[in-house]
Amino acid sequence: MSLLKVTDLVVSYGGIEALKGIDFEVEQGQIVTLIGANGAGKSTTLRTISGLVKAADGRVYFEGRDITDYDTQKIVETGIAMVPEGRRVFPNLTVLENLRIGAYLRKDKDVIEEDIEYVYDLFPRLRERSWQLAGTLSGGEQQMLAVGRAMMTRPKLIMMDEPSLGLAPLVVKDIFRIIRTLKDTGMTVLLIEQNANAALHTCDYAYVMETGRITMRGTGEELLASEAIQEAYLGKKSQ
Amino acid sequence: MFQTIFPYLLTGISVGGQYALIAIGYTMVYGILRLINFAHGDVFMVAGILMVYIVASGAPLYVSIPVVLILTALIGFVIERVAYKPLRSAPRMSIMISAIGVSYTLQNLVLYITGGLNQFYPKIPFISDSVTIFGATTKMVTVITPILTIVLVVALVLLINHTKIGMAMRAVSKDFETSQLMGIKINNVISVTFVIGSFLAGVGSILYFSNYTTVIQTSGAMPGLKAFVAAVFGGIGSIPGAVVGAFIIGICESIIKGLDVILMKAGLTKQMLGLATFSDAFTFALLIVILIAKPTGLFGEKITDKV
Repeated sequence: MSLLKVTDLVVSYGGIEALKGIDFEVEQGQIVTLIGANGAGKSTTLRTISGLVKAADGRVYFEGRDITDYDTQKIVETGIAMVPEGRRVFPNLTVLENLRIGAYLRKDKDVIEEDIEYVYDLFPRLRERSWQLAGTLSGGEQQMLAVGRAMMTRPKLIMMDEPSLGLAPLVVKDIFRIIRTLKDTGMTVLLIEQNANAALHTCDYAYVMETGRITMRGTGEELLASEAIQEAYLGKKSQ
Repeated sequence: MFQTIFPYLLTGISVGGQYALIAIGYTMVYGILRLINFAHGDVFMVAGILMVYIVASGAPLYVSIPVVLILTALIGFVIERVAYKPLRSAPRMSIMISAIGVSYTLQNLVLYITGGLNQFYPKIPFISDSVTIFGATTKMVTVITPILTIVLVVALVLLINHTKIGMAMRAVSKDFETSQLMGIKINNVISVTFVIGSFLAGVGSILYFSNYTTVIQTSGAMPGLKAFVAAVFGGIGSIPGAVVGAFIIGICESIIKGLDVILMKAGLTKQMLGLATFSDAFTFALLIVILIAKPTGLFGEKITDKV
């Protein structure tokens, strides 16, 4: 049984269908990526899974449970965390508070402290800046914080919306290293990326989205080898 | 000179404290919903009316004061749930109109119950007693107000900076959606904000009406407006700003009310000039000057966001 299963998901905004019935699955312990151009419906997909947007049709199953009608709070409790597009750390809270607010629903105080230490070990830069307001961090540090904050919910699945957007190439490398580290710790990751090249090299399985539909699917290697993908997303001309 | 000014200063600090307790409600609600809650001044007035009726029913003060505070907090909670929550995703202008509607509903309701007659506010022993400090005779409430205000403000700031609900309030004030992704129930946090704001307005009403002795359905309008000005003056959304703004406005207003006497005693004028008439106009003139010099108010939000 897959960890996350989406069947025939339809979402419309004011009469326009942003998702026209998509199906995909995320296996436990894998990095799965959705790639595609702007407006393909990638963000809408994540926002629907996390309950921020309501589906018009279709179902979302998590660990076999139908979570389509859950509200966002319950979905977080169920074990799905999101690293939103543009980081969205709380600029008026300190780094430490941003991590603590990730654990908002948790009652296990001692374990929370351990988890904060764990995040700090993973991102030593955040430990140095523990008392700084998150708004003063650099883009890359904010991204680390957003990932750390999501980890604090103790999720089974982390969804990331364009984590490399607007970051310097060196920092982007860092971010993908972090994503692989998450996988090594046993985490399942659903990743949305415009940087198709990096995403396909990192992922176990990938789906290609175009205007609200999934048009291709396969392992990272398969899609990297596909001529259609090379032409459309990797900027290579076919001979 | 000091002997002449001191009583006005004292009154000003006291009035400022009362404005501060109302202003916090405006500034907190604005901070979280970006809404000017026009009904807030009327909640303050209703708290006064509740006190009149509950004491008249024969309840002793040690019962009626807590009951009034609880009911006032409850009214704030109900107003938010009934009039603002259904409009959460509506344009801000709609919620503002809803707030004006609530304001008049409360006023009309009180008019209906009281028949538009001035209600005499019950005398609360101890805080209505007279006291003399530095040769100035005043009511005990004048001395208690600033102390109680500071204590409540410190407690509130501690709550916001050092508790879980306070952290959630700060998060929600910045970003609804991401707060939801942390599992925070936005509506609960907003309700807590209204409950705190209304509770403080309730405390303010006890202090204010103990001083002014009568309540009528329009009693909330002027103090509400002044407190709103204080909140904008201090930088709306900022609690310390609202408190400092309220004290400045209270003191300035009181000194202008006494300006004639002060000038005459200082030998600068030979007759009363009637300057006291301008005390309300002065409040607004001060606001305009501040907003020209510093559009975000004294403690306006610092921008720390980095894109």
